[in-house]
Amino acid sequence: MKEISELNFPDDLKYAGNHEWSKLDNDEVTIGICDYAQDQLGDVVFVELPQVGDTFDKGQEFGTVESVKAVSELFIPLSGEVTGVNENLEDTPELVNNEPYTGGWMIKIKPADVSEMDGLMMKDAYLDMLKG
Amino acid sequence: MKNAVGTTGLILNEPLLWKIGKKGRSGFSLPRRDIDLSPLDSALEGQGPDFPDLSEVDVVRHYTRLSTWNFGVDTGMYPLGSCTMKYNPKTNERQASLPGLAQAHPLLPPQLAQGTLKIMYDLERYLAEVTGLPAVTLQPAAGAQGELTGMLIFYAFHKRKHQKRSKILIPDTAHGTNPASAALCGYKSIPVNSNKEGILDPETVAGQMDEDTAGIMITNPNTLGLFEDNIRQVAAIVHAKGGLVYADGANMNAVMGIVNMADLGVDVLHLNLHKTFSTPHGGGGPGSGPVCVTREIEPFLPVPRVIRHEDQYRLSDDRPESIGKIHAFYGNFGIQIRAYAYILSMGADLKKASQFAVLSANYIKERLKGVYHLPYDKPCMHECVFTDKHQQQYKVTTLDIAKRLIDYGFHPPTIYFPLVVQGAIMVEPTETEPKENLDQLVDALISIAAEAAEKPERLRKAPVNPKVRRLDETTAARKPCLAG
Repeated sequence: MKEISELNFPDDLKYAGNHEWSKLDNDEVTIGICDYAQDQLGDVVFVELPQVGDTFDKGQEFGTVESVKAVSELFIPLSGEVTGVNENLEDTPELVNNEPYTGGWMIKIKPADVSEMDGLMMKDAYLDMLKG
Repeated sequence: MKNAVGTTGLILNEPLLWKIGKKGRSGFSLPRRDIDLSPLDSALEGQGPDFPDLSEVDVVRHYTRLSTWNFGVDTGMYPLGSCTMKYNPKTNERQASLPGLAQAHPLLPPQLAQGTLKIMYDLERYLAEVTGLPAVTLQPAAGAQGELTGMLIFYAFHKRKHQKRSKILIPDTAHGTNPASAALCGYKSIPVNSNKEGILDPETVAGQMDEDTAGIMITNPNTLGLFEDNIRQVAAIVHAKGGLVYADGANMNAVMGIVNMADLGVDVLHLNLHKTFSTPHGGGGPGSGPVCVTREIEPFLPVPRVIRHEDQYRLSDDRPESIGKIHAFYGNFGIQIRAYAYILSMGADLKKASQFAVLSANYIKERLKGVYHLPYDKPCMHECVFTDKHQQQYKVTTLDIAKRLIDYGFHPPTIYFPLVVQGAIMVEPTETEPKENLDQLVDALISIAAEAAEKPERLRKAPVNPKVRRLDETTAARKPCLAG
């Protein structure tokens, strides 16, 4: 496991307390788990994701991620309808470890209320939370 | 530390049977055929299985050599937390293999199976006494099926009241199978956070319990090895809203003869006979997960029930409110015999077994605290949970510590569980280890902590002594090779 200073947290993302990141692009939000989460989990071996069209309320479980250590739940940082799912993760779950912010994205949603993005943390606030 | 159990020795290689086989070898001879050959319809013929041709000595040596690579409770200490890997006395195996019991056919009519029915009847009474819950079914084949039985009972209970409840409360310190069992019954599990002390707060439960919630599934002692001190208040809150209390009794090894589950407000509880009551645990079974309930819940138990009329035992299906059958026959009877023999041979000492299990865990906790980080520093029950927090500065993880313990001759403890503790190392010594063994384990773990600071590389490369070194678990999970 790495020190927090060795991890990468892009400035243009929003972070949730459960370590998911969210990125808004033209009314669509892409969601994945951050570098800290993948590092804590260790090698990811399986990712279970919802189907396009499923809807979730903020904070609901939208899938699970299984590593050699444990199975962990994924919680959706904001309410919305799933518009896309990263099917590459089925055969190459290691993308979550290797490229958590690019190839390792998990779902795209159409948010029910874009203003929920404002409730998520910026990089500095998230880092403060990690450092306790 | 001197005289570690673990050392190196001559390890014999052994290839797969397919690599040993030679065409024409055979380990047995068929009796001479005394009827004419009868040709088979070619439509019924197909490719035979790909079995190698082997002689008897090939097969005996193969499995004997493989068995020497194994580590089991009969080899050494196996402190796998949450699993109760205690030593199971051989007399209980012997009773279970008595021909009259082992060969009893499940379709025997009751008048020819009085002995087996009596064992089942008496075992139900003993388990009722151990738990304090008066009615018992032995049918469920394992713990998770016991949980499912419990959830089907919850459903039937609410249905009788013409209620359809959709949720169930499950603390974050419950066993991992609980949410799955509830989901199979159509209940949505609502996680309940434990407090800073590692147990449930009544206020938290009160905030989440409502009249759409069927009840709560509590593991007590919980997976942190802590007793749920507030269980009575929690049960009162759940009952006040018309819900039921399910207790996962898989950790019963800590409280036999000490805690009366009915007094705690528990309505339904399952036991794992294959953990607490003398059946080897692990390797895929068979297991046995009896369910114990209050008198109020008894009408819902699975059928058939074993009943006694004067001196005769028989099976009764006359239970209109029963959830039905859970198992093809009457449960895994062989496991029930082991539990029956174990309870009879232990007698009042069952309570002492629990006391020693708790004492052993507390002894380890006290000796290791400071060496390893102890997230909940309070008296524990049958198991204690440490973390790798003090070792993180050397970039040594829980996995490295566990793997290094193999070199010292111990089975590793449970790691990374429960999930509420980061980097958890969960040690359950059980009552069957003498103090010398507990000290040896503690000394090994102290020595590993010193290595972590001085020679961390040694831990990252561990284990080095066993036949098989550190396995590539990631590739095994991502690209499993399931062929022989």
